[in-house]
Amino acid sequence: MDLAVETLDVARWQFGITTVYHFLFVPLTMGLSILVACLQTAWVRTGKEHYLRATKFWGKLFLINFALGLVTGIVQEFQFGMNWSDYSRFVGDIFGAPLAIEALVAFFLESTFLGLWIFGWDRLPKKIHLATIWAAAIGTILSAYFILAANSWMQHPVGYRINPETGRAELTDFVAVLTNNTAIAAFLHILPAAFLVAGGFLIGISCWHLRKRNEVAVFRPSLRLGLWVSVLAGVGLALTGDMQGKLMYEQQPMKMASAEALWETSKPAPFSIFSYGDVQKGHNKVAIEVPGALSFLAKNDLDAELPGINDLQEQSVVKYGPGDYRPNIFVTYWSFRLMIGVGMVTAGIGLVGLWLTRRKRELPSNPWVYRVGLWTIAFPFAANSFGWIFTEMGRQPWLVFGVLKTEAGVSPSVSTGEVLTSLIVFTLLYGALAVVELGLIRRYVKAGPEPIKPAADKHPDDPSGGGEDADRPLAFAY
Amino acid sequence: MGLNEFWFLLIAVLWVGYFFLEGFDFGVGILTKVLARNETERRVLINTIGPVWDGNEVWLITAGGATFAAFPEWYATLFSGFYLPLLLILVALILRGVAFEYRAKRDEDRWKRGWEQAIFWGSLVPAFLWGVAFANITRGVRIDGNKEYVGDLFDLLNPYALLGGVVTTVLFTFHGAVFVALKTDGDIRGRARALAGRLGLVTAVLAAAFLIWTQAEHGNGRTLVALIVAVAALVGALAMNRIGREGWAFAMSGVTVIAAVAMLFLSLFPSVMPSSLDSAWDLTIHNASSTPYTLKIMTWVAAFMTPVVLCYQAWTYWVFRKRISTKSIPTKPAFGAAAADLVGK
Repeated sequence: MDLAVETLDVARWQFGITTVYHFLFVPLTMGLSILVACLQTAWVRTGKEHYLRATKFWGKLFLINFALGLVTGIVQEFQFGMNWSDYSRFVGDIFGAPLAIEALVAFFLESTFLGLWIFGWDRLPKKIHLATIWAAAIGTILSAYFILAANSWMQHPVGYRINPETGRAELTDFVAVLTNNTAIAAFLHILPAAFLVAGGFLIGISCWHLRKRNEVAVFRPSLRLGLWVSVLAGVGLALTGDMQGKLMYEQQPMKMASAEALWETSKPAPFSIFSYGDVQKGHNKVAIEVPGALSFLAKNDLDAELPGINDLQEQSVVKYGPGDYRPNIFVTYWSFRLMIGVGMVTAGIGLVGLWLTRRKRELPSNPWVYRVGLWTIAFPFAANSFGWIFTEMGRQPWLVFGVLKTEAGVSPSVSTGEVLTSLIVFTLLYGALAVVELGLIRRYVKAGPEPIKPAADKHPDDPSGGGEDADRPLAFAY
Repeated sequence: MGLNEFWFLLIAVLWVGYFFLEGFDFGVGILTKVLARNETERRVLINTIGPVWDGNEVWLITAGGATFAAFPEWYATLFSGFYLPLLLILVALILRGVAFEYRAKRDEDRWKRGWEQAIFWGSLVPAFLWGVAFANITRGVRIDGNKEYVGDLFDLLNPYALLGGVVTTVLFTFHGAVFVALKTDGDIRGRARALAGRLGLVTAVLAAAFLIWTQAEHGNGRTLVALIVAVAALVGALAMNRIGREGWAFAMSGVTVIAAVAMLFLSLFPSVMPSSLDSAWDLTIHNASSTPYTLKIMTWVAAFMTPVVLCYQAWTYWVFRKRISTKSIPTKPAFGAAAADLVGK
């Protein structure tokens, strides 16, 4: 019995570590793929050289990042079977379909066209080459949708029945799974979240160069693009976050109550700014609150009644049998706050930055402006990680909300030692790769955008890449 | 043909496609240590697969996802049962993928040599372990009445499975050598052909032993046909390689991979993962599958998407059809020139 609990804990740590790590790369890939495609489009339409240089500069940072996103993604697919085989048996009928469709519809598109984009600079006509980065970007976005549809089914299961003979979940309505309102809300929230990461990345790196007035022609437009993207993403995040919060109060009230440390059912319910509580006794010792604000956020009504953790716990015991149905409240409370706080700070920096760099103004001279700009890179990554930690930890103790508990999903045939081995191996490997990737990104950022060799686009519209000369050097080679 | 049979076929096709495509890029990865004589030649080899290896690897992800969706019990038993080998494969694929992308990004020798090790071992380890895994599936593993794998790691390391691993390793390396001969020009092309000739003979002996063993223990009429096709194609590949018809040689080595993998799936059918403890506990296309509704939806998606994917992947190979040689390699890595200057100062 003890051993089973340990396997569960180790498997959960592994899922947490590999998923949060993987999701450092994914939002940057999503956001940056679109922004690079936009920059290349600007180049193709205007022919201005600084757009081409910006495309290549951000493009190579994008590729350094993409490589890690790609390879860590394979682990995500494999670990359902390796560590969570009982979960896979239970939900394979439903959960496997979006995963398979993601590979078939999105992942092939992304990988194949990215290969064409990387190596195709002198092999494809200009416009076709531009289309390849758009195809890869669309693949990336589609991929996010299918993964979120799969994850949202775990948050809010729809379109299924439990087969009384086998005890397994079976799909009854696939359209319901794909149009799950939880999935749509999550997708609409993740999209601006990804743009916030890409925006912060552009802001920080552009600031690093602009501090020294380096390549202003490339980095001033890049900075402005990053600032606009962050501000718009911030607005999008607030709107879609509000939408998600309201849905969550209907679908997973315990998650939202924990996010607010709202112990007792309240009418009206206050929004907590800071609190420190006693989980055993189920109350807060210290609380700074805005009266009625939570009621308004959850129901658009300043006086609405919202259920508290203690009542929800009692209701869950009646509904599902004895047990503790509260997630780790410390984690949900703080990850929720940090997600919102750090995300809003990023958007705020974007707004200030837009004012400071407004049209025809000289670039600011205060070095602190650029220092803060550089830090901005980290904020949206942190906000994204806290967001996922909140989403996944807030669902506990459920693996599929209200249907399957996390402890019931773990692989029975795998030993604690095996899971521990893989946890250690992945943690060390991921740690080492993070150091390598950061080193490379730093190096390429420092090197800055490269000059454009006039020979490189001599025959941009010649599909064969300029004659049958097999000895001509490749425009790009590993 | 029912839906369960169709999905068995489709998953077999995905694995066959995966081994056909990634088979040669594993082979090229292994050859970076065997065939290349210097830095430029190593870069020639890596760049023959540069634009396509990533798309090739998605065949694995799709095969995994399709197995999860169509036969969740198979996916669950296989992935939890073969835990440590799969962990090794994952580590290998991670290091290999990163290595292709990162190797040329710095100019220091130590950096490059390190990633070259990753490319070599990252190609060799999965090439070997996939063979071990599939030979074990064919042979049958210790699966109990609850569909759980109850054996340990050492049960997987039996002579038949190890031979299977050796066969996939040499077969993929041969397939890779033929591919290099097809895709390169100059000195390296000639040496790739010569090496393919020698590797082909070794492959022929080992593969024949493994496939005849398979036929004797798990064979039937259908597998015999596949066996004959595999052996004939291998002989054909050797002959074509000898007379310098590289395109044909590659097609033939591809047919060898296809027929050999197909033979394993044909010997399984209608099981997907037989139990060595009791044949009543075999996982089959019926007791391991999803519901007909899920299979039907997946069938529609596959019917629409597979041809599209095949078209654009084929187009990629067409775009990059030109041979490359040591002369096509730019003197400095494309993104490295400016970096080297600036970091120096």
